[in-house]
Amino acid sequence: MSKLTVLDPTGYPPKISAKPLAPRLDTLDGRTVYLVDCRFDDSGLFLEQMQAWLAEHLPSVRTVLKPISSVYLVDDPKTWEEIKAQGHAAILGVGH
Amino acid sequence: MTLEAKYGVPTVAMHTDKFDKVVRSVAQVNGMPGLAQVFVPQPIMGKTARELRAYVDGVDPISGRPVMQEVVEGLTRPRDGARGAIEYDRSTPRFVEADTEENLHRLFLERRWTDYLPIVLPTEARVAAMLAGTRRKPDEVVGCMRSTHFREYWEYTVEKVAVNAVMAGARPEYFPVILALAATGVTARGSSSSAVAAMAVVNGPIRAAIGVNAGTGAMGPYSHANATIGRAYGLLSQNGQGGSVPGLSYMGNQGNNYAYNSVTFAENEERSPWEPFHVQHGFAATDSAVSVFSGVRSTAFTLGLREKHWREHVGHLLRGMDPHGPPALLLDPIAARQFVDRGGFGKKDALIDWLHDAARMRAGEYWDYQLIQNYIYPRATFGEEPWASKLKVAPDEEIPMFRREDIHVIVVGGETNGYWRIMGCNYQKTESVDAWR
Repeated sequence: MSKLTVLDPTGYPPKISAKPLAPRLDTLDGRTVYLVDCRFDDSGLFLEQMQAWLAEHLPSVRTVLKPISSVYLVDDPKTWEEIKAQGHAAILGVGH
Repeated sequence: MTLEAKYGVPTVAMHTDKFDKVVRSVAQVNGMPGLAQVFVPQPIMGKTARELRAYVDGVDPISGRPVMQEVVEGLTRPRDGARGAIEYDRSTPRFVEADTEENLHRLFLERRWTDYLPIVLPTEARVAAMLAGTRRKPDEVVGCMRSTHFREYWEYTVEKVAVNAVMAGARPEYFPVILALAATGVTARGSSSSAVAAMAVVNGPIRAAIGVNAGTGAMGPYSHANATIGRAYGLLSQNGQGGSVPGLSYMGNQGNNYAYNSVTFAENEERSPWEPFHVQHGFAATDSAVSVFSGVRSTAFTLGLREKHWREHVGHLLRGMDPHGPPALLLDPIAARQFVDRGGFGKKDALIDWLHDAARMRAGEYWDYQLIQNYIYPRATFGEEPWASKLKVAPDEEIPMFRREDIHVIVVGGETNGYWRIMGCNYQKTESVDAWR
């Protein structure tokens, strides 16, 4: 059977640059963990339960439940700056 | 990812299990394959506090390990970033390896480059013929697209668009319309879990020149131009943006049949009592243009406008829409003239004013819609108008469901009767077709 030459229909992806992860903490004891509510599909209610778990099981961890300023599609530097200044770690949820 | 990379804060991202592949893929293409991601069962929405606490106390359905153990370790244990290798220099070949016709059809299916309907294989000769439909050079960049806010943009050239136009069965004379659709950068293969489709409306002299149907059956499978232009828009979207694969780059829960040809039709300018849609958006009547809408999901319909209760009937249709999906009225010319006769709407603007006022609901009910909670309430609390003012209204007072600028009216149909419909969707932009001839 004869062979055909056809063109590839897919576009051109960008080059990917690796981004570093932040250094991990040695312990959560005495640290402040932000629970960041992305305000999607009742995520805040879920994070309240996670906050309760941390209070029961890791009482030395200080938690702050913080909703993002707007919708999850919008960058929120004000909140990120606050977490950087006043927190040590963050849990974001619940995204898709 | 921003908190980790830009602010240096160790972070765990919580997701639901249905999204494991897509969120890992997003982390990878953003250069962070080692991002700590922990999963709980889907859904979160509508669950009681006790049920949500069970998620927290339970195990990650992907890893099988306790959720909170994963969270704590995600913040405290070094991460090697080796969940998958990053490809730093991916390139797309111009050609597929030569093979038999049968094998190539199988390959295109296996690589998910089609919509599972038969395609025309894009041979060099067929692509060259398509490229003759424009004066633009094959290697010229037309634009870029992505399937969702969190993914990277992929870029495509005139030739890449031509390849997809050939696959869809389009003719070279349609190519300027297809290029204009590609140039909008608005994907017809959005990944939203709400299962969105696109809609494309052609205006101006190009309609008659290439036979885009605005009359009987315009939104159905009764016109070669409508069928293949819309299909080409879908194929160039999924391939140009680098894929539309369920579970990975497409998360529409139910899918959307409108996506087969992206509801592509022409406005019936000749039988409309009003100015054409593209003229409303800055073009001359003699220009040819195509307008795209995204988020096409919901449809309501009725027949004509009754003399006694037409206002109530239209109001009920509008209130049946989700307030996050603003209405585009698609009016058969008979229905359009009834709006003129019954309501005295000599211009589309006058009708849109009335629709904006007619589409109202109690504020408490409005704010309780899940999509309003997800996408509008946060913006309202951030002070964004008009929603910030709406938020101050008492729960029992009525407020407009939609912003006036989000309501649109288009005339389409062949006057076999005065049926008309409302499409819930978001107008994105209008692109010149003439610029792509």
